[in-house]
Amino acid sequence: MVAQESHGHAAPQGFIRKYVFSLDHKVIGLQYYFLALTAVFVGMFLSLLMRIHLVWPGVSLPLLGEIKPETYLSLLTMHGTIMVFFVLTTAPQGGFGNYFLPIQIGAPDMAFPVLNMLSFWTTFIAYLVMLSAFFVVGGAPLHGWTGYAPLSALQSAGPGEGLGADLWIISIALFCVASLMGALNFITTTLDMRAKGMTMMRMPLTCWSWFITAILGLLAFGVLLSAGILLLMDRNLGTSFFLPIGTINGQLTGHKGGSPLLWQHLFWFFGHPEVYIAILPGMGVASQLLSTFSRKPIFGYKAMVYAMLSIGLLGFMVWGHHMFMSGMSPYTAFAFSVMTMAIGVPSAIKTFNWLGTLWGGRIRFSSPMLFAIGFVSLFVSGGLSGPFLAQPVLDIQLHDTYFVPAHFHLIMGVAAIFGIFAATYYWFPKMFGRMLNEGLARWHFWFSFIGTYAIFMPMHYLGMAGHPRRYSQLTEVAYLRPLMPLQKFITYAAFVTIAGQLIFLFNFFWSLRNGKKATDNPWEATTLEWTTATPPPHDNFGGHTPVVHNGPYEYAVPGAPRDYVMQTDPATVAAH
Amino acid sequence: MASFTPTIPVHRPATSRGNRADLPPVIGGGDDGRPDPGSPDYRARLRRARLGLAVALTPILMLFVSFTSAYIVRQGLPSLDPNTNKVVHDWTPTPLPTVLFLINTGVLLLSSVTIELARRQLIRRVALQPVESIPGVTLGNEKEFPWLGVTVVLGLGFLTGQWLAWRELAARGFFVATGPSSSFVYLLTGGHAVHLLGGILALLVAGSTVILRRPLESRRIVVDVTAWYWHFMALLWIYILALLEFAH
Repeated sequence: MVAQESHGHAAPQGFIRKYVFSLDHKVIGLQYYFLALTAVFVGMFLSLLMRIHLVWPGVSLPLLGEIKPETYLSLLTMHGTIMVFFVLTTAPQGGFGNYFLPIQIGAPDMAFPVLNMLSFWTTFIAYLVMLSAFFVVGGAPLHGWTGYAPLSALQSAGPGEGLGADLWIISIALFCVASLMGALNFITTTLDMRAKGMTMMRMPLTCWSWFITAILGLLAFGVLLSAGILLLMDRNLGTSFFLPIGTINGQLTGHKGGSPLLWQHLFWFFGHPEVYIAILPGMGVASQLLSTFSRKPIFGYKAMVYAMLSIGLLGFMVWGHHMFMSGMSPYTAFAFSVMTMAIGVPSAIKTFNWLGTLWGGRIRFSSPMLFAIGFVSLFVSGGLSGPFLAQPVLDIQLHDTYFVPAHFHLIMGVAAIFGIFAATYYWFPKMFGRMLNEGLARWHFWFSFIGTYAIFMPMHYLGMAGHPRRYSQLTEVAYLRPLMPLQKFITYAAFVTIAGQLIFLFNFFWSLRNGKKATDNPWEATTLEWTTATPPPHDNFGGHTPVVHNGPYEYAVPGAPRDYVMQTDPATVAAH
Repeated sequence: MASFTPTIPVHRPATSRGNRADLPPVIGGGDDGRPDPGSPDYRARLRRARLGLAVALTPILMLFVSFTSAYIVRQGLPSLDPNTNKVVHDWTPTPLPTVLFLINTGVLLLSSVTIELARRQLIRRVALQPVESIPGVTLGNEKEFPWLGVTVVLGLGFLTGQWLAWRELAARGFFVATGPSSSFVYLLTGGHAVHLLGGILALLVAGSTVILRRPLESRRIVVDVTAWYWHFMALLWIYILALLEFAH
């Protein structure tokens, strides 16, 4: 690893160095954000195609024609992969984390700017490789975002399992490397570059969440990388890590003795922490916003930090709960089950602390706050189905039914997306110097909030009624026929919700040019990004380094001249 | 009233080997009066690079932990014999080219010593730099031994040795896909070789700082973190060798 020159240099001038191969963490953050913005619309479009096919299987779509079962599986795989990796992992951490972690801790940039740039461009290449899987012979892979072997390990397993699947694995491997470089930067920056006075326990909870997320990524992505390498070897070098002896399409595969379960273990050892990689930054943003817009200190700052740490720690011990159906020993299953339900404790601590923060506050219902409250709501309703699935006895009934997509979409998908929206509405003025339109933002919120509940709540009932997931067409199955009206309702809700996202898109690009000019601190918040210019200069603080005297949530301090005390204000008694 | 007490910055290089004065504190809190973050101060940069390296070694460790767990799990798994339709244990240990591996181990350990000498040589040079800059003072006849070059040669020698070991395995009829055991032998040794190659590239970068006439401090930082990385690679190799020899 090469030590890089830090920010001694002046701001770059040329277009390429300034906006394309930039070393500035703010530009890199925006690059990540816009990458995720395109990815989320690709992913959403794919989900819409799936919803249409599920309720009108015979309908022929322009350009695509009729959706064949294997096409449906491709759509499902790519929807999941793009959303999990290139949206939920990229936007909260790569986007907002990159932009605001250094500013919030008072640093001029990330610790290793060149590595930061490489991390983004590797992600970008991974994204292109992933998308290219659509356009090769056989199309995109069929194995779902979890890539279970043996389906994913055999070239001959299906039309998308040739080159398409290879590209998928290569893309994931590149993404792992990029995420590891990013995590390295986040951890080093947090530990080594905090401004004077910015102790760990004075960091905003957003910084804590990015820091813990980076640690999770550092430990998890290496394991996914190893699994990807083994899978590529099985596919292309004839090894048998994941491939048991057996026949595919009536032919002996020539492989012997591998274990498909080994893939599941390796994948979920990554996969479960990945869930927290997606949701933890959302928790950080929600904490930040609930405190700011309630004009109250966060309830139980230390408890919030320890709760996030224990969620991260426990997240590495529960991967087996994805594998209750794999013939696992009941004693092992019991251990995983208990560990999983233990995550309920720190999650409940966080939820009650959020409610405690709201309690008695002078709440300002601005659009960022609406999305933060929406996050808490979705976190609770998505999270509560977790303890159901954590019990092996119930999981045997619910496994691979719509109950599971209902659960993880609400908590990992929509809650995390609400975290991203909350962060967007909150930080847009700082990033672009203009305010988003508040009226449109409220329309966007209600469309999204009601819409996503309308999509995913009914899926619980589908699941309990035994509707299996991942099937292309079940319209002709007798016992599922009574559920068709519910399926249709979900599809209509998806149309409406996606239409609501166009409001956001319009608001975003319209406000970039025409929004009201933002002041330096429009939300009257306390953290360091609001002490600097809007948008922040190249070195974040215009030549000086901030000195921190206060905690991040000093609202309604008795005796203070305003109802908030900036982290840099020296005037307070600072009893903390 | 301004007072004129001119101060001259005095560098006090730590030249003695015994105390660890050259080691900056690893992690600083927010209140320890460190220099401003992002300042190009040499010690801050060294500390940051070392911290970055320590963090970077974690996923490498996780990669091999994950390979190891797959290795152990796979050993215990029975599989179905299609001829007899019975569940059998199909794990047949790969005969390792042990002598060659031991020679390679020796070469790698030797390279670890040479890179450590290179690292210490640079520590000394950085420490003596302020003295050298005094006009009229020369350090005379201290010879620069090219320890870095020796390390690169030894590293390439190790990789060549590994290549020979793979050739020998192949000559005995054990290829990547021959059996579960041979797959893991190639995977573990190959994975290590790729990482060591990364170390050699870093050494070449360090060498290029001489050609590009970058400051001595920059070279020292690159060499310092590469040396720690190299030691890690040596330890990793010993671990892999022990795993392959004793758990097959």
